[in-house]
Amino acid sequence: MPAATETIDTVQSLTQSGYKWGFETDIEMDIAPKGLTADTVRMISAKKEEPEWLLDWRLAAFAAWEAMVEPNWAKVGYPKIDYQDIHYYAAPKRPAPKSLDDVDPELLAMYEKLGIPLKERAALAGVEGAGMEGVIGSGNPNIAIDAVFDSVSVATTFRETLAKSGVIFCPISEAVREHPELVRKYLGTVVPVSDNYFAALNSAVFTDGSFVYIPKGVRCPMELSTYFRINAKNSGQFERTLIIADDGAQVSYLEGCTAPMRDENQLHAAVVELVAFDDAQIKYSTVQNWYPGDANGRGGIYNFVTKRAACRGARSKVSWTQVETGSAITWKYPSCVLQGEGSVGEFYSVAVTNNRQQADTGTKMIHIGKNTRSTIVSKGISAGRSDNTYRGLVRILPKASGARNHTQCDSLLIGDQCGAHTVPYIESRNPTAKVEHEATTSKIADDQLFYCRSRGLSEEDAVGLIVNGFCKEVLKELPMEFAVEAQKLLAVSLEGSVG
Amino acid sequence: MLSVNNLAARIDEKEILRGISLDVPAGQVHAIMGPNGSGKSTLGYVLAGHEGYEVTGGSVTFGGADLLAMEPEERAAAGLFLAFQAPLELPGVNNANFLRTALNAVRRARGEAELDAVGFLRLARTESKRLHMPDDMLKRNVNVGFSGGEKKRNEVLQMAILRPKLAVLDETDSGLDIDALRIVADGVNALRSPEFSALVITHHQRLLDHLVPDRVHVLSRGRIVRSGGPELARELEANGYAGVVADAA
Ligand SMILES: Nc1ncnc2c1ncn2[C@@H]1O[C@H](COP(=O)(O)OP(=O)(O)O)[C@@H](O)[C@H]1O
Ligand SMILES: [Mg+2]
Repeated sequence: MPAATETIDTVQSLTQSGYKWGFETDIEMDIAPKGLTADTVRMISAKKEEPEWLLDWRLAAFAAWEAMVEPNWAKVGYPKIDYQDIHYYAAPKRPAPKSLDDVDPELLAMYEKLGIPLKERAALAGVEGAGMEGVIGSGNPNIAIDAVFDSVSVATTFRETLAKSGVIFCPISEAVREHPELVRKYLGTVVPVSDNYFAALNSAVFTDGSFVYIPKGVRCPMELSTYFRINAKNSGQFERTLIIADDGAQVSYLEGCTAPMRDENQLHAAVVELVAFDDAQIKYSTVQNWYPGDANGRGGIYNFVTKRAACRGARSKVSWTQVETGSAITWKYPSCVLQGEGSVGEFYSVAVTNNRQQADTGTKMIHIGKNTRSTIVSKGISAGRSDNTYRGLVRILPKASGARNHTQCDSLLIGDQCGAHTVPYIESRNPTAKVEHEATTSKIADDQLFYCRSRGLSEEDAVGLIVNGFCKEVLKELPMEFAVEAQKLLAVSLEGSVG
Repeated sequence: MLSVNNLAARIDEKEILRGISLDVPAGQVHAIMGPNGSGKSTLGYVLAGHEGYEVTGGSVTFGGADLLAMEPEERAAAGLFLAFQAPLELPGVNNANFLRTALNAVRRARGEAELDAVGFLRLARTESKRLHMPDDMLKRNVNVGFSGGEKKRNEVLQMAILRPKLAVLDETDSGLDIDALRIVADGVNALRSPEFSALVITHHQRLLDHLVPDRVHVLSRGRIVRSGGPELARELEANGYAGVVADAA
């Protein structure tokens, strides 16, 4: 079935509100009282039975956070966040499951409903899992999933299969217990605790997330993915992901996210750290579909995320691919610090904003080593009364002889009440470096839509085709099974944007 | 097949069609001629459902149904096709994918089974070969970087694949060399049957030599000022529009 046809089906199957991942799950929860003090930090650390070094690390982060002010340079506007009015810990009451069989059936049912069955399907059974819509990885026998529900990881699939090749894939809270030497060695080395306001906050109160270690020379035998779900009311989600690819290792990792529809805004402040050694390759893909709020801008997730990769080894390569369709506010700049000689950083991004959504997103490529290369392809699509900003920094340090960057930044406008902005910063301190920047802005013209409709396509179908064409260069970077989902999601996000 | 009664339409308060009446029975080909700016393209747009034009009077029935009540895509599904005078470019949209999506949308609306990728490609290749189109045209983005002639041929390819009941061809022959012109004419002739009609907007007798219209209508300032048989086109070719238009004024 052609993508556009599926898109139509998806659009037609939607409720009026458009966002169909917005249901709430009724589960007995252990929720900390609202508010944030050093005691909250101690409480979280105690709940997780953490070693002292980690508590000290958190408390240092908390102290740093208290001394910082919320940044306001991004082109996003929102009422002041009351950090004392948030629950910093929310977890299902049932004790942590030891195996998939112990997972609360309510939770399994919820993930099933989201299209992410937490089962280790036999390869053949995978064919029945085709019903997944708009979210990631379900039913695919070749994908291992870590499911994070509010503050804790509730299930991780295929761990034994992965362990056979030496790959560690587990909740970060478990990695702290089982692999403390690895966590301690790398945690906070890419994004220091005081890096920025939201990273400091995350470091103080992070509750769970995924940990991945790929040993030397190992090519991870399956796609890894984490599925984040915010459920509890007035809670924040602060997850932390750490991925380490040792010399010559390769891994492809994907994250997806959804949340219930609520009138209040909810805060999500994640930190992702990637470390790549000599010849290692990490491909990190995101399909971000947090609840965007309603058509009038009520509710939705505030998504303040710090993602950074350290390309420490020679010829190491990190590729960020993101499809950002959700959230009321997106503040996110996945970056690469290109230290190793000949290391490569890539950033492929599609950011869609509709209705009253605001996105300020882009990347930073910091060229430190010789002959480092980076590629940036950003596609911003704005519709409704939304604002979409690309903000990027390419910095070439004096020792980065022969460094290369190519940036392509395209904006597509649908309607005339939305905004698209491009803010590229380029700092080159090495005369042999080459930095190229191209930018375009275009609009879906009424005549283009009429042309399509005169051929029998519906308006949604036509917008879907044009938007998918516009994003092609980015979508092709996604793992195959996710590219199809991402295409559908784009169409759904833009529903009601024309006509 | 198509019956236009006293159709009036305007854009931005400007009256462009001022009472057009026209009957195109099934199986017939009618030509529309007339000076630039007389409203020929507007007639095509209004028939296809362009929302920029406001219909201020009259009615149109198509196969017995009220054409003006339908959305553009419903008109396409009902069998109407407009070959644009200036086909639009769709950057990033693969031509084959576009055509297949359109064809399947139309087939779905008509209650027919959709074509899979293989079946579609077979059909598209056959038709594009018949139109002497370069192989890579199906792989390129819709009309992007196409020459004027390629765009026109691409319109005819779309028509051949969508198999309409009524095709409105808006100066599809303009800017084509003699060989291309014959190919376009052959494309239309290939569809000819007792169930197919065409409304061919043209300035040139050359195309009508190949198509041989049943009727020729001359449009001037939003009205049909004269209708006749194929000999009317030859008369216009010889004497220009001035005489006909002046007679009517
Ligand atoms: N979008 C528009 N806005 C204003 N006037 C228009 C528009 N489109 C067409 N017209 C006018 O309508 C008249 C008829 O145009 P058109 O139908 O394109 O004529 P033809 O195809 O016979 O050359 C012309 O005077 C043209 O300038
Ligand atoms: Mg014209």
